[in-house]
Amino acid sequence: MSATLEGYNFAYLDEQTKRMIRRAVLKAVAIPGYQVPFGSREMPLPYGWGTGGIQVTASIIGADDVLKVIDQGADDTTNAVSIRRFFRRTAGVATTTRTEEATLIQTRHRIPETPLREGQILVYQVPIPEPLRWLEPRETETRKMHAFADYGIMHVKLYEDIARFGRIATGYNYPVMVNGRYIMSPSPIPKFDNPKMDRNPALQLFGAGREKRIYAVPPYTRVESLDFEDHPFEIERWERACALCGSTESFLDEVVMDDRGGRMFVCSDTDYCESHRPDRSEQEAAE
Amino acid sequence: MYVAIKGGETAIDNAHALLAEKRRGNPAVPELSLTQISEQMALAVDRVMTEGSVYDRELAALAIKQARGDLVEAIFLLRAYRTTLPRLATSEPLDTAAMAVQRRISATFKDLPGGQVLGPTFDYTHRLLDFTLAANGQDVPTPEPADEPLSADLPRVAELLNQEGLIETAEDGEDGPVGDLTREPLTFPAGRDLRLQALARGDEGYLLALGYSTQRGYGNSHPFAGEIRMGEVTVEIVPEELGFPVEIGTVTVTECEMINQFKGSKTQPPQFTRGYGLAFGEAERKAMSMALVDRALRCRELGEEATVPAQDEEFVLSHADSVEAQGFVQHLKLPHYVDFQSELVLVRALRAEAEARAEQEKGSEEKE
Amino acid sequence: MSVPSLATGFDDPVQDGQRVFRAVLDAMSRPGRIVPLPRLPEIPAGLHASSAAVALALLDLETPVWLDEAASPAAKWLRFHCGSPLTAAAGDAAFALIADGTRLPDLDLFPIGTPDYPERGTTLLIQVAALAKGRGHRLRGPGIEHETFLDAEGLDEALWRHMAQGRDRFPLGHDVMLLSPDALACLPRSIILED
Repeated sequence: MSATLEGYNFAYLDEQTKRMIRRAVLKAVAIPGYQVPFGSREMPLPYGWGTGGIQVTASIIGADDVLKVIDQGADDTTNAVSIRRFFRRTAGVATTTRTEEATLIQTRHRIPETPLREGQILVYQVPIPEPLRWLEPRETETRKMHAFADYGIMHVKLYEDIARFGRIATGYNYPVMVNGRYIMSPSPIPKFDNPKMDRNPALQLFGAGREKRIYAVPPYTRVESLDFEDHPFEIERWERACALCGSTESFLDEVVMDDRGGRMFVCSDTDYCESHRPDRSEQEAAE
Repeated sequence: MYVAIKGGETAIDNAHALLAEKRRGNPAVPELSLTQISEQMALAVDRVMTEGSVYDRELAALAIKQARGDLVEAIFLLRAYRTTLPRLATSEPLDTAAMAVQRRISATFKDLPGGQVLGPTFDYTHRLLDFTLAANGQDVPTPEPADEPLSADLPRVAELLNQEGLIETAEDGEDGPVGDLTREPLTFPAGRDLRLQALARGDEGYLLALGYSTQRGYGNSHPFAGEIRMGEVTVEIVPEELGFPVEIGTVTVTECEMINQFKGSKTQPPQFTRGYGLAFGEAERKAMSMALVDRALRCRELGEEATVPAQDEEFVLSHADSVEAQGFVQHLKLPHYVDFQSELVLVRALRAEAEARAEQEKGSEEKE
Repeated sequence: MSVPSLATGFDDPVQDGQRVFRAVLDAMSRPGRIVPLPRLPEIPAGLHASSAAVALALLDLETPVWLDEAASPAAKWLRFHCGSPLTAAAGDAAFALIADGTRLPDLDLFPIGTPDYPERGTTLLIQVAALAKGRGHRLRGPGIEHETFLDAEGLDEALWRHMAQGRDRFPLGHDVMLLSPDALACLPRSIILED
């Protein structure tokens, strides 16, 4: 632990701030899907770059934790690298890229493909926690809607989508109903990931720093993507397999190879992809 | 091989090294000292202290230097540092009536007790670039000392009007404990204490534009600059173990009281109402803008209908903070390719369906 | 004259506070699960080691605390180590520390939050003699895969009824931590409790 940043507390935040955030996290867990306001602090990283997730992680992380940080599913995107480095410097904790080795995973925009297990905690970075914000910009109004579970505005929006496009025209940040009570933003994950939230054995925590909200989905909690009986929720499908590992199960990124329309499809989850490469065992044997 | 984003750590290290090099600029040019910034870029330092919510000229100067002169970035640096500071005490309210005044003007009276004091202002300078300054050759003129010292008694204009009962007095409850939006998140409707705090921390350009809009018809508040004063005030705290106030230092502040006509409502007689602005250092434009916006936001408590943007409390306060705003605007630089992929899949599907529908319609038309 | 000395707090406030919080988080996320708590060097009068540890981890000057009579010997300790304002008015309590689980105060006096801000409901810390799993009351709801059973010795049965009725109040309500001398189990307001 000697390698941590001089002059700053363990995991950067002072203890009073951690207690305030910890209390908010406990209330969030007790009221699944409800956004608890909290006294979000100014962090040394910009608002919008994961300050909510960072504050949640900083408040729960301990010396024994093993931390994984992903952005777009990848461990090596610059923002993931930057956040992982922040915790290495301020908390001196062990880090990993392997989903199954991590006790704590902070993510932006993806849920790992490898199923999570009991005891793991997934911390989401959330830009706009309010699922109704695009339909009603006023906090004073959306707060009332949540208070009375008055979600007509959302159902009308989804229905209008179907009338116009024949489907619900939302690809990411697809709204969910938590425990049959609160409509919740799953954060901007692709809807491909929505089914993973449902009855997940891991604890899912959501931090929105700029908007000063924390919310949670406890383990084994019902998370339903909003849909209609005759227009059931569907996830993205690709006709291709990952060019690197051959997976047909994972979310694929489309990589532009040239300016003549050349494309290549690869897993967005780098850890999953690496552990599924067919040549992996041969490579390891050779090493 | 797909390696475009590998090596993030090295890339970040190199970006930091490049930034440090850029910040220093040509090494043949002498490096700026914090004292130089603090003395000669004093108004930049004042703005960073005000919006950074920390009164410390040296730290603000350091932030400006580190931010290469980008004041919004400097404000962010100072705020992030502020978060780590312990809270030792809450000061007593500043007594600006007891200010050691450097400047004090009123637009509502030709003269007033204590007089008009112009002080160090740009107001009546002709904005002509001074090329002797460019050559570092200007002799600094010595200001003529006044014939007599300033009166120690400089009553505030609002108090003069108060004698006639022509201006509202502070509302009940305004003397109570004040909130702190850096500890508790802002909720709506917000009390005036939190509104003023949000405005004091708010981006100067944003407040300037909003204040301006109230003068141009998006609002109808008929403001007069009742009084603007700038100077040093003492800061006092009451230590728990002593039980009486002790002075811990002085700060320079700019205060603006706008006076606005008010035709009265069912509960209140016609009178003048107030808008208030306060900023660290010399920050007159900020204090005046703040006072205009404060008055606009008081529509609810004065029984006025909120019809213009500057009166919309939730809109005004939710978007005033430059640290929040710049972070979220700039987060669009972060990778969003997963969400974009979802959109690609969706838009392609919608297009395919639309084309199929068009084909179908065309086919049925041809048959007819 | 010798002044009775106050029991100490955490050995290492940062790491101990984190460990206790994670135990509480684990218990709150998995209602009915009995989670052991790290031991304290000294136990303040009136409290279990477990409740003292939870108090140190969660309470501070921002959390008004209501104490029952059995917890009142710990008032000075709480004020010194947590800095919490103590309140006699149940309606102001963010936390209630009920040291005698067999003699519950009128729980309806504690706030349950408002529809706009349901999180403002009081968290009830209730000391019990012992916790047992696998028997007693059947629990379902968020955090529980299928169902689980929890029982407590030294706890007024009224608490179970209170939480069973909570289903009609949800999302308003009380969140409960049951504290045996060395462990805790939680009953968040989301719990579904049937007798």
